[in-house]
Amino acid sequence: MSATRHEPRARARGRLAALLAPPLLWLVLAYLGSLAVLLLSAFWTTDPFTSDVVHTWTTDNFRDILTTPVYRTVALRTLGIAVAVTLLDALLALPMAFFMARVAAGRLRRALLVAVLTPLWAGYLVKAYAWRVMLGEHGIVNAVLAPLGLHGPGYGTAAVVLVLAYLWLPYMILPVHAALERLPAHQLEASADLGAGTLRTLRSVVAPAVRPALLAGSVFTFSLSLGDYLTVQIVGGRTQLLGNVIASQVTLDLPLAAALSAVPVALVVCYLAAVRRAGALDSL
Amino acid sequence: MRNANPWKAAVTAGVLALAVACGSGGGGTHGGGAAEQKTVGKGEGRVDIIAWAGYAEDGSNDPKADWVHPFEKQTGCKVNTKTAGTSDEMVSLMKTGQYDTVSASGDATLRLIAAGDVAPVNTRLVPNYRDIFSGLKMRPFNSKDGKMYGIPHGRGANLLMYRTDKVSPAPDSWKAVFDGAAKYAGKVTAYDSPIYIADAALYLMKTRPALGIKDPYALDRTQLDAAVALLKKQRQQIGEYWSDYQKEVTAFKGGDSVVGTTWQVIANTAAAEKAPVKAVLPKEGATGWSDTWMVSAKAAHPNCAYKWLNWIVSPKVNAQVAEYFGEAPANAKACKETADPRHCAVYHADDESYYRRVHFWTTPVPQCLDGRRNVKCTDYAEWTRAWTEIKG
Repeated sequence: MSATRHEPRARARGRLAALLAPPLLWLVLAYLGSLAVLLLSAFWTTDPFTSDVVHTWTTDNFRDILTTPVYRTVALRTLGIAVAVTLLDALLALPMAFFMARVAAGRLRRALLVAVLTPLWAGYLVKAYAWRVMLGEHGIVNAVLAPLGLHGPGYGTAAVVLVLAYLWLPYMILPVHAALERLPAHQLEASADLGAGTLRTLRSVVAPAVRPALLAGSVFTFSLSLGDYLTVQIVGGRTQLLGNVIASQVTLDLPLAAALSAVPVALVVCYLAAVRRAGALDSL
Repeated sequence: MRNANPWKAAVTAGVLALAVACGSGGGGTHGGGAAEQKTVGKGEGRVDIIAWAGYAEDGSNDPKADWVHPFEKQTGCKVNTKTAGTSDEMVSLMKTGQYDTVSASGDATLRLIAAGDVAPVNTRLVPNYRDIFSGLKMRPFNSKDGKMYGIPHGRGANLLMYRTDKVSPAPDSWKAVFDGAAKYAGKVTAYDSPIYIADAALYLMKTRPALGIKDPYALDRTQLDAAVALLKKQRQQIGEYWSDYQKEVTAFKGGDSVVGTTWQVIANTAAAEKAPVKAVLPKEGATGWSDTWMVSAKAAHPNCAYKWLNWIVSPKVNAQVAEYFGEAPANAKACKETADPRHCAVYHADDESYYRRVHFWTTPVPQCLDGRRNVKCTDYAEWTRAWTEIKG
């Protein structure tokens, strides 16, 4: 940037504009534009015979969604699963990230980091199908639980939570790990010098430092779970989530599918607003 | 936000431009507008195909399964294949107008015809059409107003499969997955598609004649409600719904499913992988599917498309595809060309009395397909919504 200081301001601004124009165009036209078109088409309707979209303005689709009990059930189930996945990931990530950042050293720490990152290299479908095999009637989960007189969850809602929590766990560990690593050691020492015990230090020093990272990670786990529809097809048994309902309507009734997809968008926006109020987005 | 106004204007303009651009294509052209082709001329050098997996093999999955390269060599038409996973996907791909031909099943064909996305096919330009089994020609799911809308490719029934070690006595009725399903709670499976509602309707047709169901694809409101109620009851016993066939093979092999609908090819694959399964055509009959190669109304390469139609149902190729995919071939002469001489017997290819008991998938439309004029029937969109409701 020091070179630009001597140039005329207009030229510098021109360059900056040229640099920013393509990504901004992409963001506005391709990214936000397509979302806007999607939401716009939620106000259209469909010719029941040809299933072509008819451009007549109507709010019937939204009324349908609000008044049909099954959509409410599915939306609540999807929300519940997303919350459960997020909580489970937070519970797993906290001790794991703490151990990696503050306890383990040298090779062990690197090995753990690699272990967390490696699953990201394998394809989503490969991992989901691996879980399908493990959770099956004669799969390893039942085999391990059988001596204890227990039976695995089989395919269903519990399996969906389990597999989604597995799939998104790295997205929770990584930000929490980064936050804990940034935490200066002398802050912990100072806390101890001032007479705080472990619990007090955790509550007053570690927790405030981790909270934004935890919330940032939860944005990933929550929104990714909300939009998922493949995992539930693979291990969901007879359950369906919002994504499946949207997919089943897309070719036949695009406006209804568009209206339905406004539901997860609205949920994510609400969640982001709540997270922003909590201050987790300030450091982004 | 102080300087946002010019941006706001630009964004609004951009969104509107996009909306208008996207919106201009979707006028409601009610079917049957396109005319059939009169001659087949020289190939255009290319043909764009939408096919079920296994229908347009070029040797990349299995070096022995290759009927694309010989076609390219013979006709000079380069084949571009897009594999579709579901009928809904086929319908939406055909709407783009970028494809010349599609191997549509009966739950998609009428939708394609109604939307004007496919043109009638001039069967005189497809010499091999002569040898197609008569039971597949001019059926309600592949023709309209006396015009044939494609070339039949093959057919199969949706059978009842069960594990011989877990299900006894051996079932011979769909009762095993409906009224008698509680015996196998959590291990029952069903096909995951709105068209499965017809399976329930078929069962009700035999068990509750008072409902007056004549055709499982022509259901008025009361009849649909009865089928939905039956399927909601069935859901309590369902372990999982299946839509891709590998998923069902593993479910039966692992014992996660013990009874449910299947295709012959799934039963064969599972049996070949040592699963103790059997598939039967129950006494009520069954639903089934029949695929038809249709030509796009906006085909950019119609001549190559017609050449492909004739090629894919020629005796030898039809036999290859039928064996590779696991279905009954459509061409009567194909039965002499199969590598396994029993293939046509196993799939009942030339057994018209067998297929008379099979109700082939048809798109449900408001005009009742069973000829009733005094009521309005439920259409596929309503079936789709009902299916969402059944799955809860």
